[in-house]
Amino acid sequence: MNIQSFKQQWFGNIRGDILAGTVVALALIPEAIAFSIIAGVDPMVGLYASFTIAVIIAFAGGRPGMISAATGAMALAMVLLVKEHGIQYLFAATILTGVLQIIWGYLKVAKIMRFIPRAVMMGFVNALAILIFMAQVEFIFGVSTLTYVFVGVTLLIVYILPRFFKAIPAPLIAIVVLSAIVITMDLDLQNVGNLGTITQSLPAFFIPDVPLNFETLQIIFPTALALSIIGLLESLLTASIVDDMTDTGSDKNREARGQGIANIITGFFGGMAGCAMIGQSGINVKSGGRGRLSALTAGVVLIILILVFAPLVMQIPMPVLAAIMVMVSIGTFDWGSFKYLVKAPRTDAIVLLVTVVTVVWTHDLSKGVFAGVLLSAIFFTAKISKVKVQKKGLTSDVENIYEVQGQLFFASVEDFTTYFELNEMPNHVTIDFTNAHVWDDSAVGAIDRVMLKLQEKGRHVTLTGLNEPSKKLLDKLAIHQEAGAKSPLH
Amino acid sequence: MYKRILVAVDGSVHSKRAASHAVFLASASPGAHVTLLYVLDYDKTRTDVIHSLSSEELHIDRKNKIMPIKELFTDKGIPSEIKLLHGEAGPVIVEHANKENYDVVVIGSRGLNTLQEMVLGSVSHKVAKRVHSPVLLIK
Repeated sequence: MNIQSFKQQWFGNIRGDILAGTVVALALIPEAIAFSIIAGVDPMVGLYASFTIAVIIAFAGGRPGMISAATGAMALAMVLLVKEHGIQYLFAATILTGVLQIIWGYLKVAKIMRFIPRAVMMGFVNALAILIFMAQVEFIFGVSTLTYVFVGVTLLIVYILPRFFKAIPAPLIAIVVLSAIVITMDLDLQNVGNLGTITQSLPAFFIPDVPLNFETLQIIFPTALALSIIGLLESLLTASIVDDMTDTGSDKNREARGQGIANIITGFFGGMAGCAMIGQSGINVKSGGRGRLSALTAGVVLIILILVFAPLVMQIPMPVLAAIMVMVSIGTFDWGSFKYLVKAPRTDAIVLLVTVVTVVWTHDLSKGVFAGVLLSAIFFTAKISKVKVQKKGLTSDVENIYEVQGQLFFASVEDFTTYFELNEMPNHVTIDFTNAHVWDDSAVGAIDRVMLKLQEKGRHVTLTGLNEPSKKLLDKLAIHQEAGAKSPLH
Repeated sequence: MYKRILVAVDGSVHSKRAASHAVFLASASPGAHVTLLYVLDYDKTRTDVIHSLSSEELHIDRKNKIMPIKELFTDKGIPSEIKLLHGEAGPVIVEHANKENYDVVVIGSRGLNTLQEMVLGSVSHKVAKRVHSPVLLIK
């Protein structure tokens, strides 16, 4: 897949990009507000972030046609920091997140992403969906009967209306129509304005009001590290999806650096850290967006709409917003996972479940990914650490050939040594390594031990079939050739 | 007879039946060339990417899905090619068919998803209505 030219990236699809960008802007507003509420900050923080991130990524990103803004995955990871230390620390953490992401980008993070198994990726999106849903529960259940009615009506609108009418995003129609009903009938429902204010002003540059010392760094670093990993994970996953949808290539490391630049600037303009959005990018591509202009349009239209309609945005009823977020969470969930759980190897299924459970337990996606990757590494080690020794069927009593099969390394040496300890050996022993690979000093140590033990018993041992790297390692580390070497005491 | 034949495939039983009729059609006209069009919709794309380790692996998975259908043609010595396009099945098939001016378009009457068909109307119906060339609907 080729990466398009600069001109193609910007001006290859002007009409489609502007239309799709506008659709995305409309769909972004409720999400930016809802994610701000999840993070425990004023809606303006998420809206400013969505504006600055979308606009900066249009220039700095590596994947044209992808939409980045304030996201749920990031909002969830900052809840604790906001609660315990306040908003200024969030801005500082956002800047540090950006710095870390630029470093990741220069370290070629896209390559590291290949080490993340698919079961962990599935766990990531599913856990995200579950957390977004859980964040809506307090606005839906046990509030009032009227709330249930509005949630129900909103869900009907967002799921049924698109079957007949697609020009305007259904969530927007739900918001406008239901807000109008609430306002004209003066119904008693919680609205966005009850949870924070929306101001009609552009974001302004300021330096976060935190002391510049080591203690501040200690406070913000863990959050920033988690944010930088989560952000890149979702961004690079989204980039791969957009690559596939549009049949074009993208520069993943440039995207990582672009995400970093966007977060640094966002932190200085009073926004929360964000990343690419799978759902919004899908909406963009589906609506015909392909180029950088679509992200730019989305950001600019979003801020214009906020500047003009702020008082009305504050009137959006919470049940309507919560229902829209339920739709977002259902759309985020990877429903194919259920089929995967049944079909996949048991170990992969366990990795997926552990990832999801860890995230839901800790509310931190990066911890889930870490647990999932660690667990699959353990499973992988267990799987490849099976070493078999097979006796060739020579009829002779004085000599025999023993064939070693598998990867010989720290986790697998025991199978190898016990075989030679438990079985009676003839006078001439040939150990054939044609189907084996010697990986580390534990493996060399094991070979050493086996040879010395056999030599002590007066057996003649020959090693054959070692491949070049194994032989080199053995020559460098082994002691068995040295005359008079004693077997280790264990 | 029909020289350039387009067959819409999606790995379903219906699309296989459509393909075997296309074999029948193509073997009756010497020099026929068949294009197998597989359209991946956006939601499917998302799932595919999350479920695969790399774009190379994804590419192989998708080809493997269509290969049994392509073999139906290869076995009879009919030249055929696989074409993968992204987007909503109906409009993409219509656009591609009209752009490339096929002599005939062959499509199964029911795809993978019954629920979708109920609410959205069937892809084959859209194709039959909007493609300029003759459309052979296989029941």
